[in-house]
Amino acid sequence: MKSAVKQEVHGLNGDEAVALAVKQADVDVVAAYPITPQTIIVEKFSEYVASGEVNTEYVCTESEHSAMAACLAASAVGARTFTATASAGMALMHEMLFVTSGCRAPVVMAVANRALSAPLNIHGDHSDSMAERDSGWIQMYAENAQEVYDSMLQAFRIAEHLDVQLPVMVGLDGFTLSHTLENVQVMLDDVVSRFVGTRQLPNVVTHEGKTVPYKLDPANPMTMGPVALQNYYFEFKRQQEEAMQNALRIIQQIHDEYAELTGRRYGDGLLEQYQLDDAEIAIVCAGSTAGTVKTVIDDLRAGGIKAGLLRIRTFRPFPAIQIAKSLEKAKAVAVMDKSISFGGNGGALFHETRHALYDAHTRPYMVNYVYGLGGRDVSPSQIRGIYEDLRKIMQTKHVDELVKYVGLRE
Amino acid sequence: MSSKDKGWREISPAGVCWKSSGTYLTGDWKTYTPVRDTEKCTKCLLCTIYCPDGAIHWKKDKGDIEFDLSFCKGCGICANECPTKAITMKIE
Repeated sequence: MKSAVKQEVHGLNGDEAVALAVKQADVDVVAAYPITPQTIIVEKFSEYVASGEVNTEYVCTESEHSAMAACLAASAVGARTFTATASAGMALMHEMLFVTSGCRAPVVMAVANRALSAPLNIHGDHSDSMAERDSGWIQMYAENAQEVYDSMLQAFRIAEHLDVQLPVMVGLDGFTLSHTLENVQVMLDDVVSRFVGTRQLPNVVTHEGKTVPYKLDPANPMTMGPVALQNYYFEFKRQQEEAMQNALRIIQQIHDEYAELTGRRYGDGLLEQYQLDDAEIAIVCAGSTAGTVKTVIDDLRAGGIKAGLLRIRTFRPFPAIQIAKSLEKAKAVAVMDKSISFGGNGGALFHETRHALYDAHTRPYMVNYVYGLGGRDVSPSQIRGIYEDLRKIMQTKHVDELVKYVGLRE
Repeated sequence: MSSKDKGWREISPAGVCWKSSGTYLTGDWKTYTPVRDTEKCTKCLLCTIYCPDGAIHWKKDKGDIEFDLSFCKGCGICANECPTKAITMKIE
């Protein structure tokens, strides 16, 4: 695809790509607390603030719980708001994540995905954001630094869309993406400004009977997130679910608009298929591992093996119907999870992908591979081994072990 | 909860209140109700000051106080503070 606008190639790691996107998106407030491997994002952004390159109010908070509370407050007065975190920081935000989504505050957050303690580990896996999958946030996972930049800019549009009004987190694998330098094509500031636009506010009816924009404003007082007990709480939660379902459409729409502009496309914005059309055996995964899987597929295809990939770019809302459509023709499918749901028989990606296929006309054999916990590397030969297993399952029509562990010492 | 309550499509998002708190009758939480002995009451009005919900009013036209049971939560502070013990709390 051709780019409709002029772009420049910058050498950026994933964290720097986030900081640059946030700078170009003209964010009003950033409230954050540094944590590895997200630190470069806030370091880089604080440099932009110090050198006067941005008009952003930068709030150094004393914890991630406070960071998210400050973001919620800023978003409530109508500010475009950003933060970044990882691992323990995100765990500390846990309570405020629900308050933010419940208040329908379109905060955007970058998550440099990292393992959770104990034992202490600073490296990349998806334990942190997967643990927050029911927090009411939209979740996207990027494959490389380029997609990190692109997804961040799309995230503001998605979050602030009037049919969505939900916070969005963009996951980038700790170190693998956050600290690895890549060539990233970036748009010029004025083009980004036009793409992201200014924040829109939905209208709400207040206790005074007035219809006013949804923001805290002394001229139009309103109460956000008050008490709602047995009589109304349920209705507000149903509204959040509706917004999530709307997001399936809006994410694709904004992704298309962005693709027209830049020439870069990630499937339909929800899922990316690689050599999947005629694939007999397929891997499902999220994040940077998809890049390794693609190179293995190229090798296997050269040898006549019909291997394919389905990359989950958007995990919340979960595109279940689209996943079923993508995988129902495959004979055997391996879902790779970079986190584990203890006692849940595998990882969340596996659970939900398998659930999505329950109503499919034809169902492939499915198997789960938990991998990369604590940042353990996953190699092309290990992925080749997974495809080997899938061929065996396809031939024998039998799954001997539902959940397997990649690269684990016995 | 009644069938007259609005459905999820009709309400403003994020719990934005579409009615004043004055229309939210918190008095239906209570277990105890204040009962006043008008013989003992000296109309000192201390109870009107102590009531955390502002649910005891001085009615100028009647020259007397009145409990607004729509907002009284039955906490019993009025009974506790009454210098002449004119208020007792009775279970509803």
